[in-house]
Amino acid sequence: MKIKRAIKKITGMQMFLPIASMLLVMAVNIIYDVSNGNAVFNFFTISLRNGVLFGRIIDILNRGSEVAILAIGMTLVVSAAAGADISVGSVMSLAGGMCCMLLAGFGNANVSQYAVPLWVGLVAGLAIACLCGAFNGYLVSYLNIQPMVATLILFSAGRAIGLLLCNSTIVYVRVPSFQFLGGYFWMLPTPIIIAAACVLVMSLILKHTALGMYIQSVGINKNAARIAGFKSRRIIFTAFVISGLCAGIAGLVATSRIYSADTNNIGLNMELDAILAVALGGNSLGGGKFRLAGSIVGAYTIQAITTTLYALGISSAQAPVFKAVIVILIVTIQSPAVTAYFERRAVAKALRANKEAMRV
Amino acid sequence: MEDRVVLTMRGITMTFPGVLALDGVDFTLRKGEIHALMGENGAGKSTLIKCLTGVYQCDSGEIHVDGMEEPVQNHSTLEAQRNGISTVYQEVNLCPNLSVMENLFVGREPVTKAGTIDRRVMLKRAQQLMEDLGLSIDVQQTLENYSLALQQMIAIARAVDMECKILILDEPTSSLDDSEVAKLFSLMRKLRDQGVGIVFVTHFLEQVYEVCDRITVLRNGLLVGEYPLSELPRVNLIAAMMGKDIDDLKEIKPESCQNNCAEPLISAEGLSHVNKIKPFDLQIRQGEVIGLTGLLGSGRSELARTIYGADKAQTGTLKVKDKKVHINHPIDAMRLGMGMLPDDRKAEGVIADLTVRENIVLGIQALRGIMNLLPMKEQCEIADRFIELLQIKTPSRETLVKQLSGGNQQKVIIARWLATNPDFLILDEPTRGIDIGTKTEIQKLIIRLADEGKGILFISSEIDEMLRTCNRLAVLRDGEKVGELQGDMTQERVMHAIAGGENV
Repeated sequence: MKIKRAIKKITGMQMFLPIASMLLVMAVNIIYDVSNGNAVFNFFTISLRNGVLFGRIIDILNRGSEVAILAIGMTLVVSAAAGADISVGSVMSLAGGMCCMLLAGFGNANVSQYAVPLWVGLVAGLAIACLCGAFNGYLVSYLNIQPMVATLILFSAGRAIGLLLCNSTIVYVRVPSFQFLGGYFWMLPTPIIIAAACVLVMSLILKHTALGMYIQSVGINKNAARIAGFKSRRIIFTAFVISGLCAGIAGLVATSRIYSADTNNIGLNMELDAILAVALGGNSLGGGKFRLAGSIVGAYTIQAITTTLYALGISSAQAPVFKAVIVILIVTIQSPAVTAYFERRAVAKALRANKEAMRV
Repeated sequence: MEDRVVLTMRGITMTFPGVLALDGVDFTLRKGEIHALMGENGAGKSTLIKCLTGVYQCDSGEIHVDGMEEPVQNHSTLEAQRNGISTVYQEVNLCPNLSVMENLFVGREPVTKAGTIDRRVMLKRAQQLMEDLGLSIDVQQTLENYSLALQQMIAIARAVDMECKILILDEPTSSLDDSEVAKLFSLMRKLRDQGVGIVFVTHFLEQVYEVCDRITVLRNGLLVGEYPLSELPRVNLIAAMMGKDIDDLKEIKPESCQNNCAEPLISAEGLSHVNKIKPFDLQIRQGEVIGLTGLLGSGRSELARTIYGADKAQTGTLKVKDKKVHINHPIDAMRLGMGMLPDDRKAEGVIADLTVRENIVLGIQALRGIMNLLPMKEQCEIADRFIELLQIKTPSRETLVKQLSGGNQQKVIIARWLATNPDFLILDEPTRGIDIGTKTEIQKLIIRLADEGKGILFISSEIDEMLRTCNRLAVLRDGEKVGELQGDMTQERVMHAIAGGENV
């Protein structure tokens, strides 16, 4: 009975499913490794090569950084506005384009020294991303446009503006310091550190300010939150700006990885992964209550799935199919209908037990 | 009246995790009677209804419907309807953007031979139906063009047309005004005479004594008893519902501060909001309870909302403690020491998915601002204090507020405002849908707050409740403040003022 209760307690936790999904993906890896005669914990092995850490886990953490950063902003937007910000992938590309354009000087496609100091480029990239967030936020909160429709504008236009800024080519910035964001810091890939820093900062903000309560209240009941003294519109606006900022950071990381502004490909389809991360994390896409940790685990789960599929030898063209199947499974398990089914079963069982106890 | 039973429920038991909501309740409905189902909040009325209509499946017990051999076990409201059980809820569950006739037949449209919807037959049947029920409604109009009362009657018409033997009306009158209620009652009587068994759930005692034939009382999930109306005088009914004799309501009449000693707290001059409330002047002094009275839709709530900034005032000036102020947003009003409990608890009051604690501290948090989070320890202390003070019935302070009963949700919102310690509190229908015991508590609370020197603006549809608590009444008619009543206020005088029979 005691064990049962403990199991129930664990499965009842909001973080159970995201973490369970993650463990499932790891289990698949272990089984694969064993069946191929590799070491059992091949998946978890971290080695030191050329002075940097190496291993599948490190790879997942590294590659998953952008989605994890996006998921932070996406979580807030979904919670406050009950709709997704689908422009983030496009805004990533725009931020990267802006940054490279300034660093290379407009019209130059391949430079080996900065036209302006590095920080100017980075700040400009972040600034334009925030501006995009503010634009989205204005449309949604003050003009009452549905989030999906409002962000559709920058979804299609953001990438194109980026391309314009880069004079319709790929701008290479071949300066070592520019590669730092996507490179290595001491032994760890820098994106991991940046993502960790972003998550840390946001959790501190949520812990020490009332932002979380504000956003959740507005997301659950905008009108009631307003009467209770929250400026609902300003909260929704803020959520979008934060989402823009996150997209900017992710965009700079992605750009730095390839030390070039490939505006056509940076952040491509990444908004979908970010939305999925929020959903996998057990957060309702209908807004309201959220859990940041869930989204973050969700983000890395997606990356783990992708990396696992590659490791299993599935080509990158076919991987989305398998990814879709896995996502269907996870989402189904988390769906209200399935949850309700298990709840009903639990109640029926408790009742039977009650009746039997009475008979005795 | 034929004494034929159309519905028997025997030994209905229903448990929710941790709660025994119904414990072996029996209920009998006869043909052609209006049967009141009474009880305080959380007594199990709604649960019983939901077991009957298939929203919940009861854990044990049997439901027998006249004309059916087997016990009925409804698994959905649709199945219940097929078995002749229809329900009309307080919130009308129809599609406001469809026409009346479409609403009447949605899901069971008459079809032509070609398989398309036969609008001609539909129109004819709809008109016939309206005629039978004595309703003058253009069935081709969109539903939202009609008042809530008429919409409710249309919902009833829909139920009747589906050949229901058992009609359940779950608090149908709580958002209707008196004339609308009268219309509804005449419809109910008509249906009764046609042999429909009607279950009537309400909190209004007067209404029970006006239309009902029989009363079943529940308390804490248990059946207290079933009584013919004539054998259960009002006092006994209340005693049965509460399980004790309540102290006489009339004794709480305030030591009113009739003299003009106290300082004006709020004074509005020419405040207005287009299409909602015409320019009005209003003065509220410290320690005073001002009532706003008028028919539903006369601008009572709108007046209060304009002061509070829930609807921004478009003209006029507002002074708080003799200082001119501008309120653009509710938070501005809160900073000036105001608070408002809105009339629509669900839409504007509770934040359903947050916990009781969070709902209570929300107001204080808003005043402190986003950067200044109220420490968890203080949040818990405040929540516990008000749960204790207002006797909020909740399993814990971390329970989601949506899991509480309506009356307790209301108390949570009251707690939210009391926690901000406002000088001026607007209470818009704080007692609607609340059982009689809680009602009295809230009325007492209002008077206590006034004694502490706060100004209260109190809105209620129940005139005797206003007479009991208010020092002064402002009368509204058609979006305009038409006068004030003071001193010797009687129900009759107020009614006259509302109706426009007396110049005030």
